[in-house]
Formats: sequence, structure tokens, C-alpha cells
Amino acid sequence: MPSALVEKYFRADKLPQIWCPGCGHGIVTRAIAAAIEKAGLDKDKVCVVSGIGCSSRAPGYLDFNTLHTTHGRALAFATGVKLAHPELKVIVITGDGDCTAIGGNHFIHACRRNIGITTILYNNNIYGMTGGQYSPTTPKFEKGTTAPYGNIDKAFDVCNLASSAGATYVGRSTAYHAALLTSLVQNGLNNDGFSLIEAISGCPTYYGRKNKKGDAVNMMEWYKNHAVNIAAASKMTPEALEGKFLIGEFKNSPEPEYTSEYQKIIDRMKKER
Amino acid sequence: MPIRERLSGNEAIAVAMRQINPDVVAAFPITPSTEIPQYFSQFVANGEVETEFVAVESEHSAMSACVGAQAAGGRTMTATSANGLALMWEVLYIAAAMKLPVTMACVNRALSGPLNIHNDHSDSMGARDSGWIQLYSENNQEAYDNMLQATRIGEHKDVMLPVMVCQDGFITSHAVENIELLEDDKIKAFVGEYKPEHYLMNPKEKIAVGPLDLPAHCFEHKREQAQSMINAKKVILDIAVEFEKLTGRKYDLFESYKLQDAEVAIVIINSTAGTAKTVVDKLREEGVKAGLLKIRVFRPFPSNEIADALRHVKVLAVMDKAEGFSAVGGPLNADIRAALYGNADGIKTVNYIYGLGGRDVRSDDIETVYRDLLEIQKTGKVGADYRYIGVRE
Ligand SMILES: Cc1ncc(C[n+]2csc(CCOP(=O)(O)OP(=O)(O)O)c2C)c(N)n1
Ligand code: SF4
Repeated sequence: MPSALVEKYFRADKLPQIWCPGCGHGIVTRAIAAAIEKAGLDKDKVCVVSGIGCSSRAPGYLDFNTLHTTHGRALAFATGVKLAHPELKVIVITGDGDCTAIGGNHFIHACRRNIGITTILYNNNIYGMTGGQYSPTTPKFEKGTTAPYGNIDKAFDVCNLASSAGATYVGRSTAYHAALLTSLVQNGLNNDGFSLIEAISGCPTYYGRKNKKGDAVNMMEWYKNHAVNIAAASKMTPEALEGKFLIGEFKNSPEPEYTSEYQKIIDRMKKER
Repeated sequence: MPIRERLSGNEAIAVAMRQINPDVVAAFPITPSTEIPQYFSQFVANGEVETEFVAVESEHSAMSACVGAQAAGGRTMTATSANGLALMWEVLYIAAAMKLPVTMACVNRALSGPLNIHNDHSDSMGARDSGWIQLYSENNQEAYDNMLQATRIGEHKDVMLPVMVCQDGFITSHAVENIELLEDDKIKAFVGEYKPEHYLMNPKEKIAVGPLDLPAHCFEHKREQAQSMINAKKVILDIAVEFEKLTGRKYDLFESYKLQDAEVAIVIINSTAGTAKTVVDKLREEGVKAGLLKIRVFRPFPSNEIADALRHVKVLAVMDKAEGFSAVGGPLNADIRAALYGNADGIKTVNYIYGLGGRDVRSDDIETVYRDLLEIQKTGKVGADYRYIGVRE
């Protein structure tokens, strides 16, 4: 029997999902459903948009209005949805490849506009769906099928990228820290403008195997042992932070949202005419 | 001694690319062509080729990088499928108009939407007017052989056009079959060095590539581009003769299979030709004069040659694995009918759309087509000339 949360928010008849055993994407997807529940959103007022990738398959299992689009373009489609129906809660589910490689242009511009879209970026540091090619978030010197002896590109820090480009809510969690992930997504949904939540999600099949990260459990343990909450980090020495990465809420600074600013112009012009 | 191997269509392409050893390969993964850049990046990493491999962030960038590298005088290659090809669209036209003989392996897959990863020809058929030469392959051997010839064809001074080598996604790209490979040194000699007349960064000749071309000259440039495509036909045939001397394998603009005395025939592209040949054999055993014409070169379109080859046929089916949404039939149908019109009139012709989105095409389906043709021959009545086969209605 599926749990009450799954029963309510998932297309139970489409389960089980296609993800590999141990893939983090299922945990992340459940955390999004839990955040929607906590935020008390009206299911019919939520639209979930995705691109293409293992991560982007998630909306197929979620029982909302869903729009599965083309690789890299979820944010462009979602921008259209939001402008047509500003009252909708628009959620974008995307991958590191989808959002920062082929779709990188849409990403920075959605951030810059501060349009009311909550984006959950499932970051597994690899192109999972096409068989493990390195992505813009594959750490330098790690391997992918297109870099059998290591990747020389410098990786994006997607949270820094989003913050600098203008996103008004930014946070990071992992598939291990599912409770934190749920609360970040919930806060992101409460932000009127553009929110980016990076969800670090293990791909044991490609990223894990190529880089000798062990099995899914080892990868989870690694997140557990290497993630430091930003709140705790300020009290730690640089030595103690060596080799660790930060999770938590990085930015929460609301600014006027794009579609409401747009509406203001429309209202003003109507009045002046 | 030729090398006997067992390879998938994707591996065959990757091996051909290794043997050609291009200067630059820029590619982005997409099912079902992903394996090509993947195998190739292994060759690069192992030092088996001298190629620069550029792992770009999208197909638009892949084709752009190819154009840049080719304009700078490099021999350049890429591989893609479906939406990857669609995303290259803008730059496909640029490559052709700049007369840059980039070679592409196109592993045919249904173009979204609906989202689908299986085989049909909607991707490359959509690119038929982009100015690229298009070669199609029934199996892995033909994909390999076409890839080897493609470089020569594109780079010929009378042509200088980009070439797309197509094969069916999964059906041949992933199926492992016997194949005969040539030795590396023979390929090296056959393909030769790429020596473009004009290229960027040439200290002896400074050129501008891609500047604004207004009405004063643009038309002449388009005319010249069209001439290159017209010239390509002879070059393709000449290179096929050379290739036959090297391998014993004969290539033409199309393949005629038991067509010479055929009364009922079909025109078809890529792997389903293999299925159809077994049906032709079976019907021949029954005494039915069945034949087949398999397109190898779709651009340039060998219009007159096709008309000559079909002239004697009584009833013809044109098989399209892509919709044209013209409401009157598929893209191959349109070209075949145009070829016959005024050239070989009077052939009763029907068009079948088949196998969209990877719908399996069995010999039974092809046999149904031939039986339909025989019925038309018997009754003299064509009925609907735009039909679907294998679809639930
Ligand atoms: C235009 C285009 N190019 C390439 C692809 C092939 N493709 C599908 S998913 C994918 C990468 C997915 O990686 P990511 O977004 O990180 O998601 P993951 O599968 O890792 O969850 C690629 C390259 C495509 N569908 N469309
Ligand atoms: S390939 Fe990787 S990302 Fe895709 S489902 Fe499997 S584990 Fe998950």
C-alpha cells in the first residue's frame, strides 16, 4: 500500500518508477511532495514542468498539472505558464545537465528576472539518462564516459551561480538530508520570486561507478559525513571545513516578482489611457 | 586482408571515424547516437587518434564548433539524433551555405513530440532542405561504408558540402552484426588529406567567412550552392567506383533489388529494406514479379535515374517512415511522384506511412503492401493513395 503522501500526490498507477535501485531521485521527488503538503498548496493550482533526463521524468509520477518539455528548456516553458497564469505555483524539476549545460541560458535569465518559479535542480554530477557523460557540475578531475581519464573543466557551483544571477531564494540539501530538503523546498515555494533548491542526488549507476564512490549506501554515507549546515559552518575552523561542502539556506532576500511587476505596468497603462 | 568483425552500427561508425582520424569531433550525447561520441572519446583518450574531441554543452554548440573548426581548415565530424539534429537546425544551413564539408552520423530517431526515443525518419527528413548531402544505410556495413565515402564526397572540390550518413536508431545502431572492415592504412590512403582551397588563419590569404550577403550577391551564392548539390551526383558515383575497387562492395545512388522485370514494387529507405527483401524473395518463389528500390542517396535526389529504374513497373508503393503533414503523403512520396511525373507516367502509385515512433514493421506488414499492390494491378482501381500501415485506427 502506498503511503498517504504517495496516495495523495503521486500517480500511483504509474509506479514503480524507472529509476535505478539506489538512485537519489526518488527521495528528492518525495521531499518535493512533502513540501507541497506542508506549504498547504491547492493541488489544482500547481503546475510541475520538467525538461529531459532521469530527473525530468519525475513529473510523470506526480499528480498535478504537469508539462514534460524538451532538454534544457523547462524554464522557458515554465516562464510561459507563469506569465499566462501568474496565480499558479509553478515548479520546475530539472537536472544538472538540463539546467546548467544545454539550458544554462534560460537558467540565468529566469534568475535575473526573479520570476515566480520554484526550481529544484537534481544534481547528480553527471548526465544520467544518456549514460554518464560529464556535466557542468562534475567535479574537476572526476570521470564520465566522455572523460575516461578525468574531466578538466571547472565545475559550476549552481547555488552561487543562481545567487549571482538574481535568484531571491537559494538553498542546497542532499538526498540524505531529506527533512532539510523538504523545508528548503517549502521555503522556496513561499518565496514569490525565483527560488533555486539544489538537491544533491546520487547516481550510483554512472557517477558512482565511474568514480569509485561505492554503492548507493556508501554515497549516502558520504553526504552524511561531508555536508555541513551553513549555520554550523560559521563556528567551524577552516581546517574542520576542509573537504566538506555546505548545505542549508544560502539566500532568502525577497524582491518584487516578475509577473506582478509586469501586471503593475499593465495596470498603470490602463489607468493612464 | 579485410578484417571480419562483429559490430553494432554505432561501433561501425565510431571505427570509421577512428580510421579517418578527423581533426575535430564536437558532439553531445543523445539516444540512440550517444555511443558514437562515447566510443570516440575513448579512442581520443587512448591516443588512438589525433583528434580534438570537444564535449560541448548542446548540439547547437556541437554544430557551431564543427563549423568553426572546418572553416579553419580542419576535417570535422559529429553525430546526433532527433532533437539533437533539430537543435542544430540553424547551423546546418550555415555549414551548407559556407560550403563546409562537415560529416555527420545521424542515427534516425523520432523527433519530439510526442517524446519518443525509437526509430523513424522524421529527424533527417526534416533536414532534407538544409543543403546537406544525405546518404542512408540499410545495415551496419552500409553505415560504415557510407561514412568512409562521405568524407571524400563532401570534400571533393566540385562539391564542398556537408554530408549526413543516416541509419536506423536501435534497429541497426545497436544491433551487432557481422561486418567487414578495411585496414587502417587503406582507409588513410582512400580518404587522403583534407586540403581546402580557402580557410581561416591562412597567412597567405586572409578571408572573411560568413559576412552579410545582401541582394547584390546572395542569389549568386545560392545558385552556386545549388550547383554543388547537382555536381555531387557524379562525384558520389565516381567515388563508389573507387570504393568498389578497394572493397568489392558496389554502391550506387540507390539499390535495385529484383526490380528489372518487376510489376509490383516498393521504394523504401534504411533497415526496412532488409525486411522487404525477404518478402520479395518469398513472393518471387510464388511467381509474383515483385521488386524493390532502396534509396541510398536522398540528397541530391536521383530523380531521372529513379524514373528510369521504375518505368516498367505497373503498381508502386512509396514507403515513408516519416509524416510530412502535407495531408497528401510523406516526403519520399512527394519526391518520387515528382520524379515520375512527365517522365514515367501511368504507374499506379500509393503511399504508405509506416513504423512511426518505432512501431515494429514485420515482413507480414510488407507482404500486406505487396498484396495490396497486386489487388490494384488486378482490379485497376487504386482507391486511397495515401495510407497508413500497422496503425490502430
Ligand atoms: C536536444 C537534446 N539533446 C540531447 C538530448 C539527450 N539527453 C537526454 S537527457 C540528457 C542529459 C540528462 O542529464 P541531467 O539533466 O543531468 O539529468 P539526469 O539524467 O542526470 O537526471 C541528454 C543529453 C535530448 N533529449 N535533447
Ligand atoms: S542512471 Fe543514475 S540518475 Fe538515472 S536513474 Fe539510474 S541512478 Fe538515477
